[in-house]
This record gives sequence, structure tokens and C-alpha cells, in this order.
Amino acid sequence: MTVDATDRALLAALEPGLALVAEPYAALGQRTGLTEQAVIDRLQRLYARGIIKRFGVIVRHREVGYRANAMVVWDIPDADVATVAQSLAALPFVTLCYRRPRRPGWPYNLFCMIHGEDRETVCRQIARANASAGTTALPQTVLFSTRAFKQRGARYWAPEVLEPA
Amino acid sequence: MMIPTDARTHRLLDAYQRDFPLESRPFARIAADLGAAEAEVIAQFTALKDAGTISRIGAVVRPNSIGASTLAALCVPAEDVERIAALVCAHGQVNHCYEREHAINLWFVVTAADRAAVNGVLRAIEAETGLACLNLPIVEDYHIDLGFPLS
Repeated sequence: MTVDATDRALLAALEPGLALVAEPYAALGQRTGLTEQAVIDRLQRLYARGIIKRFGVIVRHREVGYRANAMVVWDIPDADVATVAQSLAALPFVTLCYRRPRRPGWPYNLFCMIHGEDRETVCRQIARANASAGTTALPQTVLFSTRAFKQRGARYWAPEVLEPA
Repeated sequence: MMIPTDARTHRLLDAYQRDFPLESRPFARIAADLGAAEAEVIAQFTALKDAGTISRIGAVVRPNSIGASTLAALCVPAEDVERIAALVCAHGQVNHCYEREHAINLWFVVTAADRAAVNGVLRAIEAETGLACLNLPIVEDYHIDLGFPLS
């Protein structure tokens, strides 16, 4: 999937979020040298191509009541990982689902984030996830988060590139 | 579940997490949906952002489609977690950093323009902390992001 330089500049300018003004795409266009319509067209194409996974209000999940989150990791046989992952990823309380490499001392290759109202809810959701994916008996571990030191959107460019001139 | 909010705030938080209007005056569109004025909708989103309920209105970009990222982790002695977390968070390329219940207890995400830059951040963190980073870049992303539904 290629993303041209203009798309990159547009996504970089969008990293801090849309300006909360009546015509935010025109404002974004002013920062990137594009017309309002070009901004809208490019964002629509990036969304249609799946490069933008989601476009909208990004809530802070703790602030809206998702106070517990666990990273659940499994060691799934390589031949089964895609099938298991698709089953897990379809569950409404699974908010991320990635395959990652195993490492020495770290045997797990499938990672899900599960968010819920409280720890008990998340534990029930994990049990449901295992039941629905057929993974109850497979090696796994649950890592609840205890403190968030930092939580914000990804920034692929250095901050000085992002600031308006 | 979920914090008590008036009905319009609830709609603003819940209904526009995906498919935010891509048109010249998106807040006017939302205002029309809700029977409110455009200026009220803008003021309300501004208040939600100022209060920290929302981080922004914007795009969640598929990992590694426009840059590189990794999930990294350190095994930090319990009494040293805050100091090490501060060293990690001081890097602008670190966008999430959580303490988790495990021997490997400090987990963070590094995003940068390319893989070399990501690896450079990990090397810098290893040098500053004297700890070895577990480096777990995404091999495949299976999830379709629907946001966080409010009940």
C-alpha cells in the first residue's frame, strides 16, 4: 500500500486532530497547501483503502467508563493463528488484535487488548473470548494495566514538523 | 455502565467515533442530526476536549502503513518504575506507556517515520535505562476498529 507524499503530509497535519471550527477541512487544507475538496477526497480515499482504519471522535477510554484493560497474550500454533485471531477480533470487547513475533523468554505470538468497566468484567470477557476462539487450553497470560504514564495518538513525525508555522 | 451525561453529549461521544462527516461543514451536519446549532456542537466538542474526555477528532491510521511502530517492554524493579517510565515517556516517539502486572512490567509503543528510527529510540532507551527492551513489532493486524461504544 503506497501513500504519496501529499497524503503523508495531510495525515501528519491531522495527527493533533481536526480544528474545532466550522470548516475544519479547509483549515487542514491551508496547512497542507490543498483545497478543502482535495482534503476531503484524499481522506475518503485513505479510508476506502483501509489506511485510515477509523475516522471520528477519539475518546479517552478511561474517561468514558472503560476503567479496566488487560493485554491478553496467547501462544497459538502458527498454522492456526489467523483463524483464532479472526475469531477474537470479531468480539465487541476486543479493541486490538495483533500477531507479533515470539522472543526468547516470551513465547506468545497473539495479542489482544480487552477493555471493560472493571476488572471483573474484563475477566468474564477473557473467559468468553477463550470459549469462542477455542483457546481455553492454550498457553496464555493476562497483563492488567495498573498505571497509564502516557496515552495519546501516534505521531509519526517529529513535533516540530507538526506545529503550524 | 459509563459516565452520566446528557443525551446530546452521549450522542456526540458515541455516534461519531467512526464515519465522522467528511464534508465542508461537518459540525453543521451533526447539528442537523441532533437538532442543535452548529456553534453549540463546536462548543460542546471543545469542552469535551478541554475536559480530556476526548483526545481529538481525527484518524486512526493502520499500523505501519505510513510509518513504523513497535510494542516494547522492560522488566523494571518495582521501586524504579516511575523513574524509568519518566525516561521512556520523555521520548516524543513514545505514545503509550503503561505499567502492567507481570515480571515484564513496563510496556510502551514507539512510532516513528521508519523502522530505523524506531530501533534508534529503543537503543536510546536501553542506553538510558540500562535495561534490555523486548521488541515486538506487529506481524499482522486482524482488528477492525469500531471505537469504544457507550451503553
